[in-house]
Amino acid sequence: MNALASAPMLEARALTRHYRLPGGRFAKRNVVRALDGVSFTLHAGRTLAVVGESGSGKSTLARQVTMIEMPTSGELLLDGRDVARATPAERRALRPQVQMVFQNPYASLNPRRTVGALLEEPLAIQRRGSRTERRDAALAMLAKVGLRAEHYSRYPHMFSGGQRQRIAVARALMLNPRLVVADEPISALDVSTQAQVLNLLADLQQAFGVAYLFIAHNLQVVRLIADDVIVMHHGEAVEQGPKDAIFDDPRHPYTKSLLASTPSIHRRRRNTPS
Amino acid sequence: MPDVAHAAALALRGETNAVPTSRTGEFWRAFSQNRGALVGLALVGVLVALAIAAGFLAPHSPIEQFRDFELAPPFWHAGGTLRFPLGTDAVGRDILSRIVYGTRLSLLIGTISVVISLTLGCVLGLLAGYFRGIVDTAIMRLMDVMLALPSLLLAIAVVAILGPGLINAMYAIAIVLLPHYVRLARAAVIAEAGREYVTSSRIAGAGAFRLMFATILPNCMAPLIVQATLGFSNAILDAAALGFLGLGAQPPTPEWGAMLASALEFIQRAPWVVTSPGLAILITVLAFNLTGDGLRDALDPKLRRSTA
Amino acid sequence: MNARATPLVNVSDLRIDFGTPERPLPAVEDVDFTIETGEIVGLVGESGSGKSVTALALMGLVDAPGRVRAARMQFAGRDLMKLREDERRRIAGRDIAMIFQDPHASLDPCYTVGYQLDEAIKLHGNTSDRASATTRRARACALLREVDIREPEARLSAYPHQLSGGMAQRVMIAIALAGRPRLLIADEPTTALDVTVQAQVLALLSRLRAERAMAILLITHDLAVVAETADRVVVMYAGQVMETGSVPEIFDAPRHPYTQALLDALPEHEPGRMRLRTIPGVVPGARDRPAGCLLAPRCAFAQELCAAARPALRMLAPHAGVRCHFPLGAR
Repeated sequence: MNALASAPMLEARALTRHYRLPGGRFAKRNVVRALDGVSFTLHAGRTLAVVGESGSGKSTLARQVTMIEMPTSGELLLDGRDVARATPAERRALRPQVQMVFQNPYASLNPRRTVGALLEEPLAIQRRGSRTERRDAALAMLAKVGLRAEHYSRYPHMFSGGQRQRIAVARALMLNPRLVVADEPISALDVSTQAQVLNLLADLQQAFGVAYLFIAHNLQVVRLIADDVIVMHHGEAVEQGPKDAIFDDPRHPYTKSLLASTPSIHRRRRNTPS
Repeated sequence: MPDVAHAAALALRGETNAVPTSRTGEFWRAFSQNRGALVGLALVGVLVALAIAAGFLAPHSPIEQFRDFELAPPFWHAGGTLRFPLGTDAVGRDILSRIVYGTRLSLLIGTISVVISLTLGCVLGLLAGYFRGIVDTAIMRLMDVMLALPSLLLAIAVVAILGPGLINAMYAIAIVLLPHYVRLARAAVIAEAGREYVTSSRIAGAGAFRLMFATILPNCMAPLIVQATLGFSNAILDAAALGFLGLGAQPPTPEWGAMLASALEFIQRAPWVVTSPGLAILITVLAFNLTGDGLRDALDPKLRRSTA
Repeated sequence: MNARATPLVNVSDLRIDFGTPERPLPAVEDVDFTIETGEIVGLVGESGSGKSVTALALMGLVDAPGRVRAARMQFAGRDLMKLREDERRRIAGRDIAMIFQDPHASLDPCYTVGYQLDEAIKLHGNTSDRASATTRRARACALLREVDIREPEARLSAYPHQLSGGMAQRVMIAIALAGRPRLLIADEPTTALDVTVQAQVLALLSRLRAERAMAILLITHDLAVVAETADRVVVMYAGQVMETGSVPEIFDAPRHPYTQALLDALPEHEPGRMRLRTIPGVVPGARDRPAGCLLAPRCAFAQELCAAARPALRMLAPHAGVRCHFPLGAR
């Protein structure tokens, strides 16, 4: 089945998010255009990488897609239904479909919960399964991310950064979502741990057919894992397309400067005047 | 289809974790490094034991008057006997027994006032910190009004409305302590509400109620517990002050503050009648303050450690 | 570069322990490295490798309960461990300067840029710089101009929170340059910066090296940064030096399995490959260090000898060495 021929799972049309800065009742209204007319499509089981530096709007985009915030204007279609205008009740029903993995493995897990409780919490919130069924599901997911049953009753602070990120990924998958938004999931990890987590994410995508919205600033990583790429700058999508097109033939000057600035182990001593 | 679990487990092969220590174990180790805190905790233990076993430990009834032995001095003074080790007061009641039974009252006052205040303070602070906006403004301005009044005056005003008595004194003290807990809880909630693990629960579908009480509150408890322990000593002092003014416990209840009040006129003639309840208050307040300080030192670095 | 000239920095058998003397927790052991004048040396390692604490030891910033011992820790011919406290402090900060990862955490938020520059000039500047407030101000502006900050007079009155990350890091570098250092230690100077800003800061550091013949010890976990900026590389693992060599040697023909594994873990090492080769296991902590080679439990090439005996750092050339019983490519 050609995935591209079917309708996209997620579609954004001119997604815009403005923040109004406080400036007094009669002062000039200061508006921050965090997102300005971003459009893209994402098909089931594929990876869309969002690349940008700080202030580019990629975190704002993550908040829109996970329905934590509502856009100022534009449409966000999940399986054809506009979730931007959804009521809180509708949003709650849609939650299981979109989950998130955060950047900081030390802050994204509730320090007062055991690993088992963390994994079961999404099921408990959504009232899925009995207590034993939830426990079984949690243990199964633990194994899938390479952890052991004895880790079930431990607390997050007893784990390394890489292990915590695995727990975070496991938790995101408990509700069997169609889409996982990964906000710089490996940036805070060591190089060898990054490789482990990237492999894990790739394997899980193949096993579960889940789509990724992968936010990253490291273009080398993006080149490895993405199918399509969006380059963001000051809230706008300055360039987007299939990965090879972006890397082999960048059009926008910002994309070119990003690629030129990214250090590479194959480029030697370019900073030293010879 | 790749065997995901196998590949993942392979990657983690050999990754052994340190022996997991329970949270209580870690906390106790941090707490016991502070000598003052241990002393405080030991004293608190003694006080609780006194309160529970008051009936067995006190030599006499606290309200029985021995008219033949009015104003008897402590046993180490001339004229004192071991029958009344700390002497007697103006109407012949054994001071030691009154102190021991008074422990019960003081701990009761402290516990009930703090529990009421802490519970109400947590709820109000959570509501203010989570919803912000007009809810926050309304609650905090009310707390500001309460803080603007000197605490003792506020307590007196409340007791004046409700009428004198130990129970009403407890309500008054609870109200006086309330703004501190609300502010602390609100500040802690605001700090935690933006954290990623809270967002994670929200994305999983948690509603406001679950987010506030199940996710955020347990992570805010540390400063609140410390404040509660320190508030305990505040409560005891306030109760003593109210008792001293005749607005709290009514005679013949052996409440330390009331004992102080009735003994003032004898401060030159029979100073032991004043010293004993005064010392009791001092030691109790010191015990809870030392424990509270130790709690704060033990809980704070732990918070910081878990967020690397 | 004259290979026979005395190296600027010569560290031999450095050992840093924490914990108690009865039960020491080694953070760094048996570390040797040199830095030549005007050379950029990249010190790479993952967390727990000991690279940051090694730099702190050079600066004399390792506080109790850390204990620093070395057979030799020479800077410009003088042994730092044998100096008096005040002499050492004069060198650290003036002749050796250090910049850190998060510029907003390193700059004092309560004082202006000009105040902090002024302080550095007063402490470490030469006599003509320090002469008067006017000369100090002139020197401050000159330093800011050197780090590519335009309109330096205006920037002097700015507070750190008004500066972007890249600008703040440049201010940090300017402050570090106040004493005209011969060695600049940069501990993850660009990790917290955007990639375009990172490129600018690295270019700045290279330019400063060329103009001032200033050596740089560039500490980072990012191998690509080292490849583009450094002359030589020192690879650390679990507190030991595993391999040293020039950039082409390390990146084109690594001899140590750990170096090879680090390169394998990078997405760009072999473009077109879908799955990254990873190192199983985890870095040994301070308490469970193997008796033999520290990498042996995780090394794909480990043999019996590796678990039994810890290899020594064998120098294959004046500036290239490997700590391995069976180095790659030596078959």
